[in-house]
Amino acid sequence: MTNIEKYIQSFTAAFDIEAEQCEGLEYQGIETWDSVGHMGLIAELEDVFDIMMDTDDIIDFSSFEKGKEILGKYDVEF
Amino acid sequence: MMWSFNNHKEKVAAIQENGQSITYGQLEEVSHEISMQIPHRSLIFSLCENSIGSLVGYTSFLNNQMVPLLLDSGLDQELLDNLIEVYQPGYFWIANQKKAAFLQQYPQCLQTWEAYDYALIKTPYDVTPLHEDLALLLTTSGSTGSPKLVRQSYKNIESNAKAIAEYLEITDQERPITTLPMNYTYGLSIINSHLCQGATILLTNKGLMQKEFWTFFKQEEATSFGGVPYTFEMLKRLRFFRMALPSLQSMTQAGGKLSPELHKEFAQYAQDHQKRFYVMYGQTEATARMSYLPYKESLKKYGSMGIAIPGGKFSLIDVDEKKITEPEITGELVYQGPNVTLGYAEKRDDLLKGDENQGTLITGDMAKQDEDGYYYIVGRKKRFIKIFGNRVNLDETERMLKAAFEDMGCACSGIDDKMSIYITDELHKEAVKKFVSKKTGIHFSAFTVNYIPEIPINEAGKTLYIKLEE
Repeated sequence: MTNIEKYIQSFTAAFDIEAEQCEGLEYQGIETWDSVGHMGLIAELEDVFDIMMDTDDIIDFSSFEKGKEILGKYDVEF
Repeated sequence: MMWSFNNHKEKVAAIQENGQSITYGQLEEVSHEISMQIPHRSLIFSLCENSIGSLVGYTSFLNNQMVPLLLDSGLDQELLDNLIEVYQPGYFWIANQKKAAFLQQYPQCLQTWEAYDYALIKTPYDVTPLHEDLALLLTTSGSTGSPKLVRQSYKNIESNAKAIAEYLEITDQERPITTLPMNYTYGLSIINSHLCQGATILLTNKGLMQKEFWTFFKQEEATSFGGVPYTFEMLKRLRFFRMALPSLQSMTQAGGKLSPELHKEFAQYAQDHQKRFYVMYGQTEATARMSYLPYKESLKKYGSMGIAIPGGKFSLIDVDEKKITEPEITGELVYQGPNVTLGYAEKRDDLLKGDENQGTLITGDMAKQDEDGYYYIVGRKKRFIKIFGNRVNLDETERMLKAAFEDMGCACSGIDDKMSIYITDELHKEAVKKFVSKKTGIHFSAFTVNYIPEIPINEAGKTLYIKLEE
């Protein structure tokens, strides 16, 4: 699986959505992306990419696009 | 008069996210204005947010002997309709932002006034008769659509706020930041106990997982916050222990039992960083708080919910309702104090009822006491669990599911933060999960739906929940 596929899969699992819905998605843009969903997403991403994210990056992770940028800091290339 | 705001006239009572603030003097003024808009003893449904408008409504209604039912502004439409039908409120207090959609939904309603981005809306209903002691209504497990409300008196709110302010040593220098909704008894108790001391409340609808929350926290130098067990799990994941928060002085926890491990970790953190950490216990039926663990004992007694709050008293009873006096014996926890509420309401006429509890609350929680007199919760007598701090009644959830999915067998069990739903129709698994999540407003990941061919029952037709977990 490519990184983008893993990335999308983390979103679909954490928020119970389809892959097509990920593009442009923002925090609180859907009901399931609340604080509970966010924690689930971070856990999922840390797991699949085997990283430990910093506090500032966790709270800055405000959209699907922004997340890609943040993961770049942890050498996850898309 | 519930609060004497004029004692702190010049002080800032609340600041919200966008920087807007309100002084105690202004709270008093708007309270006076509202008194001319609404008849005395009116019933008002207040759709709450953590904002100045929402706060102003609440304090003004209480100070003018108008009775609000506090609801979440995002409450499911059907559940709201049900509450309206049962209680027939005279007014609504609702954010301007939500007003248009609301008026479209209820065309017989009419806006009569507005202040601080909130609107007062008149309904066509006649005045609801209310008992003179009744001050406030809160939901018990509003999330499952039950119209069951807790009736709180002026004395309840006042005595609990004062007791909390005393044991938490709240001064007018405190700046608590909101992490819980105002319509949630614990969130409200933070507001009440700080208002009575003339402190400054930092109001935000943003959550711990959002950058804006922490920016507001640091900018406004928050001194305390409260959280349910799940809040502390999130904080741990956020590497909270490594965050620099010099303004923070204390943290409180309630809304369910914190795992002893997390309790210990946060107690250790607090001790190492000269902060105070309080674990507490309470119920809406006791206004809010019944116990607290003094912060100095937090590390030594981790896992304990502490001792009764000032003015309150605990006892334990066995199955024959006899008092248990020896330590380490489990019994049902009973609380006595001036904050034990009047009772429940399930229909409009119940709002006329007086004090049915007479200061004694049988909590439904099983507990024990150690040799030093500290209490520990060990289980629950009633069939409900707490999910992210919200009480969810398992039987009511079952009833709700059976009504929505006819011809399907179903049973609910589980532990805190994790409900297990068993259904006899495999095809409905996804739909059931979506339905429960939508109705309760709780994230879907808290529900596991399992298929079983048949719900195990005993000879009397009762569900055998123990068998389900096998």
